[in-house]
Amino acid sequence: MSVIAEAKAPPAIDIATLRRRLTSDGDLWRSLDEIAGTAEFRRFVEAEFPAIAERLPARPNRRTLLKLMGASLSLAGLAGCSRAESIVPYVRQPEMLIPGKPAYYATTLSSDGFGIGAIIESHEGRPTKVEGNPDHPASRGATDAVMQAAVLTLFDPDRSRMPLKDGEPASYGDFLKAMAGLVSRWTASQGRGGALLVEATTSPTLAAQLDALRARYPELKIYRHDPLATPAAGEASHALFGSGLTPLYHFDRAETILSLDADFLGEGPGRLAYARDFAARRRVRSPNDRMSRLYAVESTPTITGAAADHRFAARPSEIEALAAGLHATLEGQAVASVPPVYTAWMAALVDDLKAAGRSALVVPGAHQSVFVHAAVFAVNARLGALGNTVEFIEAPDAPQVDGDLEAMCEAIAHGAIDTVVVLGANPLHTASAGLDARKAFSDLELLVHHGLYRDETAFPAHWHAPAAHALESWSDIRAYDGTASLVQPLIAPLYDGKTGHELLAVLGGQFQTDALPLVRQHWAGLDDDAWKKALRDGVIVNSAARPVSVTVPPDLAGLKPAANAGNGIDIRFVADPWLRDGRYANASWLQELPRPLTKIVWGNAALVSPATAERLKIGNGDVINVASNGADVDAPAWIAPGHPDETITLSFGFGRKVGSVAALSEGYDAFHLRRASEWFATGATIAPRKNSMRVITTQQHQAMEGRAIVRHASLDAFRQTPDFVRKDAPPSPTESLYPEWHYDQEAWAMAIDLSACIGCMACVSACQAENNIAPVGPDECERGHEMHWLRIDRYYDGPVDAPDTFFQPVPCMHCEKAPCEVVCPVNATVHTHDGLNAQVYNRCIGTRYCSQNCPYKVRRFNFLDHQSFDKDEAGPEQGVHNPNVSVRSRGVMEKCTYCVQRISAKRIQAQIENRDIADGEVVTACQQACPTQAITFGDRNRKDARVVREKAAPQNYALLEELNTRPRTTYLGKISNPNSRLAKLGEATDG
Amino acid sequence: MADTSANSPVVLRGRHDFPEISGRIGSIVLNGRLPRHFWTAFFLCFLLVLLLLYSITYLIAVGVGAYGINMPVVWGTMISNFVWWIGIGHAGTLISAVLLLLRQPWRASINRFAEAMTLFAVAMAGLFPILHLGRPWFFYWLLPLPNVHMHWPQWRSPLVWDFAAIATYATVSLLFWYMGLLPDLAVLRDRARSRPAQLFYGILALGWRGSAHHWARYQVVYFLLAALATPLVVSVHSIVSLDFTFAITPGYHSTIFPPYFVAGALLSGFAMVLTIAIPLRWAFSVEDLITLRHMDNAAKLMIAAGMVVAYGYVSEAFFAWYSGEPYERAMMVQRAIGPYAPMFWTMLSLNCGVLQLLWFTRVRRNMPLLFAIAIAINVGMWIERYIIVVTGPSRDYLPSAWGQQSLTWLDFGILFGSVGTFFALVFLFIRILPAITIFEVEELAEEEGKLK
Repeated sequence: MSVIAEAKAPPAIDIATLRRRLTSDGDLWRSLDEIAGTAEFRRFVEAEFPAIAERLPARPNRRTLLKLMGASLSLAGLAGCSRAESIVPYVRQPEMLIPGKPAYYATTLSSDGFGIGAIIESHEGRPTKVEGNPDHPASRGATDAVMQAAVLTLFDPDRSRMPLKDGEPASYGDFLKAMAGLVSRWTASQGRGGALLVEATTSPTLAAQLDALRARYPELKIYRHDPLATPAAGEASHALFGSGLTPLYHFDRAETILSLDADFLGEGPGRLAYARDFAARRRVRSPNDRMSRLYAVESTPTITGAAADHRFAARPSEIEALAAGLHATLEGQAVASVPPVYTAWMAALVDDLKAAGRSALVVPGAHQSVFVHAAVFAVNARLGALGNTVEFIEAPDAPQVDGDLEAMCEAIAHGAIDTVVVLGANPLHTASAGLDARKAFSDLELLVHHGLYRDETAFPAHWHAPAAHALESWSDIRAYDGTASLVQPLIAPLYDGKTGHELLAVLGGQFQTDALPLVRQHWAGLDDDAWKKALRDGVIVNSAARPVSVTVPPDLAGLKPAANAGNGIDIRFVADPWLRDGRYANASWLQELPRPLTKIVWGNAALVSPATAERLKIGNGDVINVASNGADVDAPAWIAPGHPDETITLSFGFGRKVGSVAALSEGYDAFHLRRASEWFATGATIAPRKNSMRVITTQQHQAMEGRAIVRHASLDAFRQTPDFVRKDAPPSPTESLYPEWHYDQEAWAMAIDLSACIGCMACVSACQAENNIAPVGPDECERGHEMHWLRIDRYYDGPVDAPDTFFQPVPCMHCEKAPCEVVCPVNATVHTHDGLNAQVYNRCIGTRYCSQNCPYKVRRFNFLDHQSFDKDEAGPEQGVHNPNVSVRSRGVMEKCTYCVQRISAKRIQAQIENRDIADGEVVTACQQACPTQAITFGDRNRKDARVVREKAAPQNYALLEELNTRPRTTYLGKISNPNSRLAKLGEATDG
Repeated sequence: MADTSANSPVVLRGRHDFPEISGRIGSIVLNGRLPRHFWTAFFLCFLLVLLLLYSITYLIAVGVGAYGINMPVVWGTMISNFVWWIGIGHAGTLISAVLLLLRQPWRASINRFAEAMTLFAVAMAGLFPILHLGRPWFFYWLLPLPNVHMHWPQWRSPLVWDFAAIATYATVSLLFWYMGLLPDLAVLRDRARSRPAQLFYGILALGWRGSAHHWARYQVVYFLLAALATPLVVSVHSIVSLDFTFAITPGYHSTIFPPYFVAGALLSGFAMVLTIAIPLRWAFSVEDLITLRHMDNAAKLMIAAGMVVAYGYVSEAFFAWYSGEPYERAMMVQRAIGPYAPMFWTMLSLNCGVLQLLWFTRVRRNMPLLFAIAIAINVGMWIERYIIVVTGPSRDYLPSAWGQQSLTWLDFGILFGSVGTFFALVFLFIRILPAITIFEVEELAEEEGKLK
């Protein structure tokens, strides 16, 4: 439990609440000043934040303008009064807090409402880095790219900092007063006309609170708005099994896997665990090792398809037919509906699945139709996979709701609802086309919005209350497998934000409640020891859901594939992998993190296949107009190799202009085209426009040019020639003019398994968080000034319609004979005693010769000042910096250091304890984040080190070894496991 | 040699006497009544000086990101400007030192401004490695200065060699130029009417009285300095080329570079000599001192150097293919058909195509045409340097990192600013010092028997 969390400032109060408190619970108060200091004065002081200008309405009327001017005039005086604070060291050192020594706390971060366990590094009460929690089933020590940005969003200067009444700063006391009025109104009317709009959540406490509210106000309606909801699995389960079950997959037990448009490595609450299991089953180090085989049918290119041994592109509307065909084939029925183009591989696939039997696994795409899910349930049952590779559990307890946003808008239109309290969701950005939520909301008598940002929904709201960030909150949440875990604060709320629990408590009439007692109360079943253990470990033991045994009814409960016309263009909607529905649009790390396949940053594009692009005569960046059901959107096109023809992929999350970072990004808003909560649509049209838009990508060139960069082979080829990576490769030179280095202590080295790398970008995000890597913005990215120390190169090989996709993480190679070291005129890049190729920032004068001479181009240069060094300008965003890593100024070169600060920390620890650094003790940030454990790091001088064992694998090779740079970072060639019967279809064999 | 070709123009036209020569050359400086177009041109150059100052201020304030450089092509116009300017300086040293040692009398009337050109070109060139730096204010860290920072140059880096080579070149060029100026400064001192001018030239003349002793010492020192400067013609640009050849980047790592760079330097240097001399002789009506013979010889040297450069291009391409290195080959192909292809072909057509016109005597003696060719070669050689700098890293080992840089206003601001500053300095030089060596022309007149 965080020390800091307890030192929270008392919330602002006003006279009304104070009086109530004085009469009710007899709190002590000191002076009237305390009361006087709350409402009026404090509101103005809070309003000192210049953010007020940003909220200036697009067309301010004279009155607003005059008010703002008046405020700024009076505040101009106030700003002059603020003095620099002098910082006094602790008089009494808090226990367990050693300056310079980070503390780690377990908590849980929400991913689309499901929990993923995290360990947060905190420096003097300042959370700076997110790591995975090895004890948590959804993390298993790994994180994804989005989780890494939790610390960044915490310190986001654009976060909402104060309650707003009709868009104007107000005190929290005023807000409570308004809520008190609402409570008394609801109490009188039993909640009639009131509604709550919640977002996706699995918090048991929240669910219980909602139930309590329902009990208190029987007429109160509760709606859920989750634009990324994938309800099909649940509906299929209701249809087949009569209850809302959800499947759990065990990829570590699967021999043959078929993904029916499922991106299980990149999407879904269990993706990190699934990726771990999937990679574990495919780890080949000697010819005797076995690996699973993955077939992927995809309606848009994903990282799962890139990892597949066989990948087939299909239009989203064809997946149902394929599922029906697969189901019929396995049931021995006549196959009617499978398009002939698929029959060739369907037979081989079915045989392979049958051969695997109970070790086979078919995964339906979460966004696919109810029928696909039902058919796949049946297929898995028929194969005998149930209970082995697939298990069903009760879906983690989402709160019971009365409907979705559409139902709510309808109720508003009928006048049944006049008051809405929005908790976290941002429906005015994420509402589907054809649903005029703005109109509906404008009819409301009272709209209360609770969220992290003054977002689209906060603008028209009568009241906006800032939410506490996940790292400031007490809460609880369930993981994909039902495991419950606690969310604990790492820091007191920076802007006096409140958690959803607190707001619900307020609506329930408890005005002065903290979230902690609410959560603790819900888990009253845990005694104090168990509670502490749950906080320490990050999970509540034995809270995972038990598998339920099911039987699939033979006729699929009457579900039939929908007859899709298949005319026109299919639209496939996807959530942006980093921004999701747009909620992280203000996180610069995520905006600037290249999308795994397209490598697009700071915007989105409409993905089309090469053939479709050729038919429409469009190229990358050409604007196309996509129209569907009366709505249309202009988007820049992007040709995605391997994309199904006559299909277009549109991604959510962009097109937002609220927030200073989000406003920088480009792209279109795909919600304008989406009806209801569909994930794909048919019958769309594409009309090319004349103009083009810039689409910024960090990788311009996609082919390997015949160079042995990613060396790859099929499993069969590997078994015949285990050292296939040496095939055709000239022996690397060994002689050098320079003397050999000698390492008395450690010699750090890294091995990266290209078979395990799924290209998820978690390592890049982790590297950015760990090493204070500056985001540079879209214009600089376009000019090639981005700063990521670690990049993941993505290469295509083979035909553009069905290419093989390879990922290759490229950090600094830390060459033994480093070309950069000899050319630096000022000794700014030097070899250390433990073999690192170190960059001395304050010695660098920026000749950039090192980068010119680096064949791997892993060095990054501060072309401009990307970090602020002006202490007067310093904002909260400075808080995210890792204090153990220098912040670089302009004009100096930087690059991967193998996380030298982590090495130093462990070395100091080992020297204090008078021992050697143990193997596996030093973990680099990229290695720690990696869900598939593709990265191994350690001391090459130790015979027993894991990295030495990895490097001893026959497929170990060094990138560009013919240059005699002798890299410390080596790669394990990619091994795939294609079906030899299908090898003739122009697919991955041994390359 | 002056008489080897019967129909070649004379080195010195007409008959002269000593007072006439020293009076004519000296009066440009001492009277100060320069034609209006001189000042107009100087004003235009001064505007470019202001542009340079503004660009440098902007650069220091904002950072090198304001250039078009990026990752992977982190070297850009500052390096190509540097190589280009250093090259331009070479012709001056060649004319003054090498031709002096080879006793080529025709050099006499053009060596002074050629040396000045060298000096100013080196001054311009010296700016660019500093303006190239990410933190230009720390450029002195390249010097082996014992200091408390404990930084010391890393001697394996060609940039350190480069720094030393340029510093040597600048010093020797300055000394050589100043030594050659002494007798003329004394002439100006003696002919000056106003007290300030007498003082100014008197101090600069270091007490030169023209005694036989002085002349004997002068000859020894001047020839010694010439002997010192001569290897620099070869060494400076060879060392500059090592900045490239030392790197393993495809397109940089080539043994042809040192001679190829020296030849390129001479080509661009003579182009610049012509660029200055043609307007100079016209503007100041000294066509009888700087004659068609000079122009002809410079043009011949240009085509000689140009053919070596062309050989360099061929050899670069051939060895890229012959090495069998896929990276070198791909880079060379990409140079010809990749994003920089338009520049590459422009360069070839200027440096190899247009140059061939110089085979014709009529072209060599047609001043407007020769001037146009000289400008074309100057442009072509700048492009050549730019192509060398950027194409290698833009298409190196890992295709994922391939990319190209852009050119921003700042790249051009500094380039044109430096061109303007160079010419402004040339104008000031013409105004303040004798642009044609008085005593050597007198000596030439004597030797050619053209004294009245």
